[in-house]
Amino acid sequence: MVGQCIVFMVIFRRLIYVSKLLTVLSARDLSCEKQDRILFENVDLQIEAGELVLLRGENGAGKTSLLRILVGLSQAQAGSVSICGEDVNHDINLASQHIIYFGHKLGVSGLLSPIENLTFWCKQHGLAISHDNIVDTLETLGLEGLESLPVKYLSQGQQRRVSLARLWLKNDAKLWVLDEPMTALDVQMVAQVEQKITAFLRAGGSVLMTSHQAVKIEHEQREFTLEYRW
Amino acid sequence: MSVLWSYCKRDIALAYRQRAELMQPLMFFIMVITLFPLAIGPSPEILQRVSGAVIWVAAILSLLLGMERMFRDDFNDGTLEQYVLSTTPLYLIVLVKVLTHWLIHILPLLLLSPLLALFLNMTMAMYVALLATLLLGTPVISLIGAIGVALTVGLQRSGVLVALLLIPLFIPLLIFATSAIDSASLQLPYAFQLGMMTALVLFALAASPAAISYSLKVSQN
Repeated sequence: MVGQCIVFMVIFRRLIYVSKLLTVLSARDLSCEKQDRILFENVDLQIEAGELVLLRGENGAGKTSLLRILVGLSQAQAGSVSICGEDVNHDINLASQHIIYFGHKLGVSGLLSPIENLTFWCKQHGLAISHDNIVDTLETLGLEGLESLPVKYLSQGQQRRVSLARLWLKNDAKLWVLDEPMTALDVQMVAQVEQKITAFLRAGGSVLMTSHQAVKIEHEQREFTLEYRW
Repeated sequence: MSVLWSYCKRDIALAYRQRAELMQPLMFFIMVITLFPLAIGPSPEILQRVSGAVIWVAAILSLLLGMERMFRDDFNDGTLEQYVLSTTPLYLIVLVKVLTHWLIHILPLLLLSPLLALFLNMTMAMYVALLATLLLGTPVISLIGAIGVALTVGLQRSGVLVALLLIPLFIPLLIFATSAIDSASLQLPYAFQLGMMTALVLFALAASPAAISYSLKVSQN
């Protein structure tokens, strides 16, 4: 009898361990209030490995706020978030190792060239990516010949490509959090990003994204909708 | 270490590409000090008497002028978000940024000071005291100033607000610095004033990085 109990306990613990491994992002009871308006309350969200979650909602429903809270850039009024088991509010540096966040702001300096920006970003995230690798990535994204030009001289779409190049450079991320990644991109580039997302999902990665455009990703999708609240 | 060096290199590259803006606080500093002999008159005694205070007040005002942009561009283009999400703790990043800011914006000011001391008829003893107080005091301005800048980084036209927030905090520094220069002019010892300034810089060095990183997180919220 005692032996059976021990076996059950071991199996139970192993199941918890496996479920933690599979759960990439877990958010519980999140609430957010801005300028005396409650954006959302008691939001629970769980994302498993290999899952694509589309965050839907009207303008002002709080999609960007939710994404920022999930990656640890903003603080929720209540609730907790963990990424791969790491609490984002406790140790954001540890939690952010597993993610790539692509927000409204591109995270590239207009005074630096695409190569300089991406080299610096790789250094920041402890990635040993060679100069040639960065050049190849920029060429893949249709930025050949523009690698050394300050980013401020590039078009809006080209600047977004520079920022999106991060998706091609960091291969060990488990979760991509993408806030309107297709904005200002041309049709070919949208298709290229969709292909990249599909490949990432097939490799076991998870994606949480918002998009006001129709997303053509050949992968099972789950929608998570935030209602606009007055 | 190489990661932190990359932050330093990036800020130096950015400053080099905005050379004109880099020169503005420096030119402001020179012009304010040049105006004093013209306004007070050529009396060497009076100039010598006020020289320490003039240089220190001009230094504080010109540094505040250049400080506003310490985190502004990074905030606007989203680089600050990437700093928060990087593998390096934010307090280390901001410490490197503040030290780089000191190297880029304040070291030239120290290098210019012999010329300005000449304008204001400073003696050698006063100049040595001035240099010592600037070396100890300007890092405090950078470190404490960065907290104010971090708190207001999300606000539009925060320049005056930053000045209003920070100038009262620099009063102890100004008192010890000018007192040290006055003592030097009277050939009195000024080790106590330098000791107090050393204590201030050590305190700022220990406490500011955490305060700056917390302020930046609050501003981004």
